[in-house]
Amino acid sequence: MSSRTSLISIQSANPTGKKYWRSLNDLADTAGFREFVHREFPAHASEMLDGKSRRTVLKLMAASFGLAGLTACRRPVEHIVPVINASDAENYAPGEPFFYSTVHSMGGHVTGLLVETHDGRPTKVEGNPDHPHSLGAATAFEQASVLEMYDPDRSRRVLQGGKETRWADFDGAVSKLGFGDGAGLRFLSETVTSPSLNDLRTQALKKFPKAKWVEYDPISRDAELAGTALAFGQQLYVHPHFDQASVIVALDFDFLGLDSPSPFMTKLFSKGRRVESEEDLDKMNRLYAIESQFSITGATADHRLRMKGSDVRQFAMDLAAALGAMPGLNVVGNGGADKRAKFLAALAKDLKSAGAKALVTAGPRQPAAVQAIVALINQSLGSACVTYTKPVIDKSNSGVDALKALTGEMSSGQVSTLFILGGNPAYTAPADLQFVVALSKVQNSIHLGLEEDETAAAAKWHLPEAHYLESWGDQATSEGLGAIQQPMIEPLYSGRTASEIVAVAIGNKETKAHDIVKNYWTAQDTFNKPGNKQDAWKKALHDGVIAGMKTAETLKVTVDAKKLATALAAEPKAPTGGIEVGFYPSSSAWDGRFANNGWLQELPDSMTKLTWGNAAMISPATAKAQNLLDGDIVTLSRGAVKMEAAVMLQPGHADDAISIALGYGRQKCGSVGRGVGFNANLIRTSDAFWFAPGFAIASTGKKHLHATTQEHGVIDSLHASAERQNDRPLAREGTAAEYKKNPKMIEEMAEVPELHSIYPELKYDKGYQWGMAIDLSSCTGCNACVIACVAENNTPVVGKDQVIRGREMHWIRIDRYYTGDENDPQTIEQPIPCMQCENAPCENVCPVQATSHSPEGLNDMAYNRCVGTRYCANNCPFKVRHFNFLNFHKRGDEPVNLTVGTRLAEPEITGLVYNPDVTVRMRGVMEKCTYCVQRIEEVRIHAKVDGRRQIKDGEIKTACQQTCPADAITFGNINDPNSRVTKLKKQERNYAMLAELDIKPRTTFLAKLRNPHPELGA
Amino acid sequence: MSAVIQDPALIEVNPPLVAGDPSYHDLTEKVSQIVEGDVLKTPTKYWITLSITSIITVLLGAMLTFLVWNGIGVWGNNRPIGWAWDITNFVFWIGIGHAGTLISAILFLFRQKWRTSINRSAEAMTLFAVMCAGIFPLFHTGRPWRAYWLFPIPNTDLNLWQNFRSPLIWDVFAVSTYFTVSALFWFTGLVPDLATLRDRATSRIKQVLFGFFSLGWRGSARHWNNYEKAYLILAAISTPLVLSVHSIVSFDFATSVIPGWHTTIFPPYFVAGAIFSGFACVMTLLLIARWTLNLQELITIKHLENMNKIILVTGSIVGYAYACEFFIAWYSGDIYERFTFLNRAFGPYWWAAWSMYTCNVFIPQLYWFRSMRRNLWVMFIISITTNIGMWFERFVIIATSLTRDFLPSAWGFFHPTWVDMCTFFGTIGLFLTLFLIFARFLPMIAISEVKGVLAVQKQQFKGQREIVTK
Repeated sequence: MSSRTSLISIQSANPTGKKYWRSLNDLADTAGFREFVHREFPAHASEMLDGKSRRTVLKLMAASFGLAGLTACRRPVEHIVPVINASDAENYAPGEPFFYSTVHSMGGHVTGLLVETHDGRPTKVEGNPDHPHSLGAATAFEQASVLEMYDPDRSRRVLQGGKETRWADFDGAVSKLGFGDGAGLRFLSETVTSPSLNDLRTQALKKFPKAKWVEYDPISRDAELAGTALAFGQQLYVHPHFDQASVIVALDFDFLGLDSPSPFMTKLFSKGRRVESEEDLDKMNRLYAIESQFSITGATADHRLRMKGSDVRQFAMDLAAALGAMPGLNVVGNGGADKRAKFLAALAKDLKSAGAKALVTAGPRQPAAVQAIVALINQSLGSACVTYTKPVIDKSNSGVDALKALTGEMSSGQVSTLFILGGNPAYTAPADLQFVVALSKVQNSIHLGLEEDETAAAAKWHLPEAHYLESWGDQATSEGLGAIQQPMIEPLYSGRTASEIVAVAIGNKETKAHDIVKNYWTAQDTFNKPGNKQDAWKKALHDGVIAGMKTAETLKVTVDAKKLATALAAEPKAPTGGIEVGFYPSSSAWDGRFANNGWLQELPDSMTKLTWGNAAMISPATAKAQNLLDGDIVTLSRGAVKMEAAVMLQPGHADDAISIALGYGRQKCGSVGRGVGFNANLIRTSDAFWFAPGFAIASTGKKHLHATTQEHGVIDSLHASAERQNDRPLAREGTAAEYKKNPKMIEEMAEVPELHSIYPELKYDKGYQWGMAIDLSSCTGCNACVIACVAENNTPVVGKDQVIRGREMHWIRIDRYYTGDENDPQTIEQPIPCMQCENAPCENVCPVQATSHSPEGLNDMAYNRCVGTRYCANNCPFKVRHFNFLNFHKRGDEPVNLTVGTRLAEPEITGLVYNPDVTVRMRGVMEKCTYCVQRIEEVRIHAKVDGRRQIKDGEIKTACQQTCPADAITFGNINDPNSRVTKLKKQERNYAMLAELDIKPRTTFLAKLRNPHPELGA
Repeated sequence: MSAVIQDPALIEVNPPLVAGDPSYHDLTEKVSQIVEGDVLKTPTKYWITLSITSIITVLLGAMLTFLVWNGIGVWGNNRPIGWAWDITNFVFWIGIGHAGTLISAILFLFRQKWRTSINRSAEAMTLFAVMCAGIFPLFHTGRPWRAYWLFPIPNTDLNLWQNFRSPLIWDVFAVSTYFTVSALFWFTGLVPDLATLRDRATSRIKQVLFGFFSLGWRGSARHWNNYEKAYLILAAISTPLVLSVHSIVSFDFATSVIPGWHTTIFPPYFVAGAIFSGFACVMTLLLIARWTLNLQELITIKHLENMNKIILVTGSIVGYAYACEFFIAWYSGDIYERFTFLNRAFGPYWWAAWSMYTCNVFIPQLYWFRSMRRNLWVMFIISITTNIGMWFERFVIIATSLTRDFLPSAWGFFHPTWVDMCTFFGTIGLFLTLFLIFARFLPMIAISEVKGVLAVQKQQFKGQREIVTK
């Protein structure tokens, strides 16, 4: 019995009478205690399972199984969606491109082009195979010109005094200007190569007899014309036929590169250089290059002699003397420099034996004297490789002297109206002319330009120019071959062409470019094939060349040696001493016009691999003497002019000389190019337009970081020796003689063991098997393929900061290696696209299989599967894979500073230039060369539509192959024994890089062969 | 009863593993008290330390957000260096984790009783290290929101299988297996101790929580039987993992073609290195814990000395591997291989390589001397230099090999950004935060296992009250 009358009840029934308790809870006999006692095990310890619990467990299991059907609710928006071409349309399939012929002119060089348009807008430039100066190729500048049209910073408005106004206001204002006899009227244009513009000029000068028209281009062919004038008494264009010559001398003439912005000369040269079979070995030409800075012509040359630009004249004289071209002239030499003497002797010997097949050329940066001597030399050798024609367009008032005269007139107030038709003379005019000051003295200065640039800011009126891709015009080559320039799109910003402005200025009735051009040509006699004028017009537009046009006659002219000798002797002696500064065109900006072109700014210079800027190039020996390191900022000063520039060591540069590229340091420029690089125009004076001795160089103590794509800054001994490739058989070369003796020499450069695979290997022997062969002997390293690939494949521009961090995105790059002595090396250029390895190391390691192998041998990249682990890029031995580290396509106007780098923003309009056949990749995704798979598929579809026929060899051209001026890249079906690529790969000098890794690359290289003179050795 | 005097010399060489001859209850008290104190009464220095590490963890979150928002470009990675601090950190953390598993599993199978006081924290350290490691494979991807494609789960996006030939997929399986098994093993070992805490619980919350996680443990013979079986099986499964996981991680590099990566020595080299760095990390943490929580009698000098012996052995294996690599590079005659190793020692990153050689090979040789092995300050410093050296080893292997490989035109430099550094620092914060939380709220020492040792010891040293300890 227990009583529960109180909270604490004490059990009294107990045999012993004593109450034993374990705890106070026990004593109190609380509910909790009783529960504790009642349970066998502590709370929450499991009891023996009973049937009810088992059922509960099963219930729970079923429920969780049911819950497994839930999926994530929101997925991030997919950004990778390729535009899909509609196919199988009868005629026009929306999305299929149309090609239009047009023509491009720059610095007096004209190239016919084909432009690919999608949905009514141009997206890609190609060469026009029917135009003799293009033959299907286009240079880097021409490829990049399509982006120029879509430049968001292009000039869009008519400005008067800096304030926006309308075209009607301009037309009205001009009509009110009475020019009278033209005493105060002047025109300043770039090099005129347009026959219709030339015609308007004639009309203008006829209508206003006292008016003057000056042509000025900071990079031009004026020296060529001055040289022939000196030699022959009349201005003539020089036509070097590189394809016919067996011995070629380039006196400071980068004809493969920057001194010739047209593919023409490279096409000709490569014809004589190409080795397709054993017979060609004997026919190989030989190139001697004499230059100051290291150009790609010097890189291709079999022999190169480095000297200051001003020393070339003496060398030319010595060569003339050695050849006996100038009676009474003896070799002077330069103080017993052995290399020079040996070089000269061998060169003279070689030229003499070549005779009619000898060709000596001088570059447009050499003065008239050198051009004339060269003409004399060619004559004395009996060279059949050079012809001369009279310019079809008058060049009598062209060049620096003409500009100087004009500026003098402007300063003295003689000019009341000045039309500046294109170009940017406020930026490009020689510093001593003080062009901007002179311009301010002109009452009505009118500038027509593509950008609101330095000249636009200094002129009273600024008019937006129509880009060549959006306007009518015409251009004629120096031989006089004409082609019509037709637009692919309406002018984006109501721009006008130079012809239209002149037509308005002189009060013509027809002021539309189309009418001007068409009326001009239909009035020509030559323009009558086939049949009537209308058909001829249509055919001209279709072909891109004017059929049956009579080009200028080659003239038989002779140089009077005695007269020339007298003229030369009368010339004032050039000053010497100090550092000589030489100027050369920029491979990115040219003269500055492309400064705002992101593709070109990011394009690595062929020799220096410098992007986003220029540098004062200096030889290692001179740098050492001056105590300068890479990146040191120095002041270059001479008299009243001075500039600051960062130094860069250039192996092979002439000693005591500096070269600096034009076209940088622009201030009135779009956001891409503003402030990029150093402005060389500050020290360029009219008396020393291309090279000027007497400069003082002083270090400022400041440092500059160059954005190069190949490690250049740090030359430690380990790195230097490998960059000089002493022991890595990657870019292989040999001499033609060695190769002839031992064709296996290229193969023997690398030890490749017998390669076994533990897996049964796939046999790629059915259907089309795509492969590529790159001929290092033909490749000049001109970079046309790099830009073509960028344009074709929508590659983003990443900006200077990202290039410094090593994230440039070029799918094909050109590697440049030096061999030999640091101060006088040889160079080899090697284009590296994706090797499309059959046993690709990248394919094995991708965890999500974003990269796999196609049955035709392509290493495919599936962008939408890529999660971006970057293992494939790590495992690629060639490092041809590129990762989108940031969103390089993010829309915006200004670069974004992330504090860990700067990301360029992409203006909306840039989207128009993209190729709709290729995906634009998002951030976090890997990309690489695809052998232009979109082109392969396009041709395959066409072949299928055409009745399932075979794809012919050469029908598919990769972008790089198509544009190469040297035809160095060949792509095709290696399963076809008759294809060109198969035949090339059969050559003994064909080799695969890193074959010992058993990766079986489909892209192989044909080793570079040099053709040195036996006396000079390799 | 008469005292049985043990030979003092023997005792010094082979001292009892639990000093001070505590009773079972003393042992339980000592370890449980750390956990059971009122949360609010935890010493201030704990809260300060926890706040600091938590802030650093938040920094990690911020860095990862910045990374996912902008892209991998916020790090210093570039072409050719696609992997730098990200994968270095991944391998570093996974390596650290290996010591825990070795102590828990392998030493268990070898019946090394001295493991019992250190295995719980070591295993916890493994779990936290693997968590920190796992961050990197996920976030180093360019599109981490698609990282689930690395797992063989059906998905409606592309519904493709993974590429089973890729070492990164093997990593996915290896690391997730490792984490799962380690977690299970750790948790299994915890069950009896959690039950102890449940039984001693003074508040309802504690009772419920500990009760839930102790899975209804009632200490019955059947439960102990199941427990021992499970523990043994998990130990047996974990043992090969010690060798396989880091071997597979090393395959990330060994299966590639890049000189400096492409070498068959990597699996044993990496495993030895992992154990090496793991033990060093355990050492660092235990020295601190021992000092702050007065666990000197449970974690004795004997324990620490044993760990140092393992550090010496594995460090020497690593040193041998370095020598092997250099020798083979020369002996092979392969120009790329030779250059890679010359570049390692004398190229632009020579300072990283020499840090690695000094910290990993030369410094641990001090442990040949007994006095060095038993000196607390020496141990502490060496444990830290070892981890520094091992971090540099991964960096040297991964990043510097990539800077200069086959084509000199593709050579580049790597510079870490502050995001790289803060991210790594953040993972240290995460690791320490997790460890601090573990130390406060879970029993740091395996009470039940030490009691087992204590039982044997009581037999061995019956009657001996005073035992020499240092």
